[in-house]
Amino acid sequence: MALNRDFVGRAYTAPTPYEVSRVKIKEFADAIGDTNPIYSDRAAAADAGHPDVVAPPTFPIVFSLAGAGEALSDPALGLNYAMVVHGEQRFEYQRPIYAGDRLVCTSTITEIRSVGRNEFLTVRSDVTTPEGELVCRTYNVIVERGGAA
Amino acid sequence: MAATVKYDEVTAGQEIPAVEYPVRRVNLVMYAGASGDFNPIHWNERFAKSVGLPDVIAHGMFTMAQGGRFVTDWAGDPAAVVDYGVRFSSMVVVPDDDNGAVITVSGVIEEKLEDKCVVVVLTAKSGDSRVLSKARAVVQLS
Repeated sequence: MALNRDFVGRAYTAPTPYEVSRVKIKEFADAIGDTNPIYSDRAAAADAGHPDVVAPPTFPIVFSLAGAGEALSDPALGLNYAMVVHGEQRFEYQRPIYAGDRLVCTSTITEIRSVGRNEFLTVRSDVTTPEGELVCRTYNVIVERGGAA
Repeated sequence: MAATVKYDEVTAGQEIPAVEYPVRRVNLVMYAGASGDFNPIHWNERFAKSVGLPDVIAHGMFTMAQGGRFVTDWAGDPAAVVDYGVRFSSMVVVPDDDNGAVITVSGVIEEKLEDKCVVVVLTAKSGDSRVLSKARAVVQLS
């Protein structure tokens, strides 16, 4: 079933800021097998000039779709999750993410298009501090296989 | 914060040697927990096969993370990565045995930009398949 194009342009903000913790950064780094001490050791991070442990570049995937989840599971959109695969992903940083950051994530469905038999849906997430400082932007393209057939 | 690689010491076209990253089922279970992505195609062989996959496959984001690790290890500072994007072009099939799969990542410095930034283009393979395409990181060097 084709996705509902009325969703293009809709924006969703996660109800509460995401609190970045040292424990979660370490858990994520362990899960990707990365033993860089900058992810787990405050002293090592400080030696490298950082205010606290740093999040790995792909860490925002943990929280960046929280707001859009509501939209993606809305029956009116028509997305069949069993057929979804991840098409593309991009992270654009204004500054690194550190433990202790409180991040507000606003996700916007920027595009829905058909390519062959598949539907492509792009979500842009703007990640800011509660004060409005832009920290990073993420772009997520999901593909619904057979959705346009 | 600073990368350990110096901008003046790299040239466009320079290659970054390949690194092999093993991936076994336990890594996918850990990644599911850490990322919150519990899609059963990443840990349940019975389910994966029922939706037409050859076996359990790695999270695309797990593969992307290995590419990120390759870049940050080369640059010497995770905070040096200012932009990182990929397209997922093929899946990493992870069998339930003692070896699992291997993701091999290599890179080339495609272009030198302003502000001591360089564009690193990555190649990621598992077996004979290219598992990422258009994999590109902008890294700020010293």
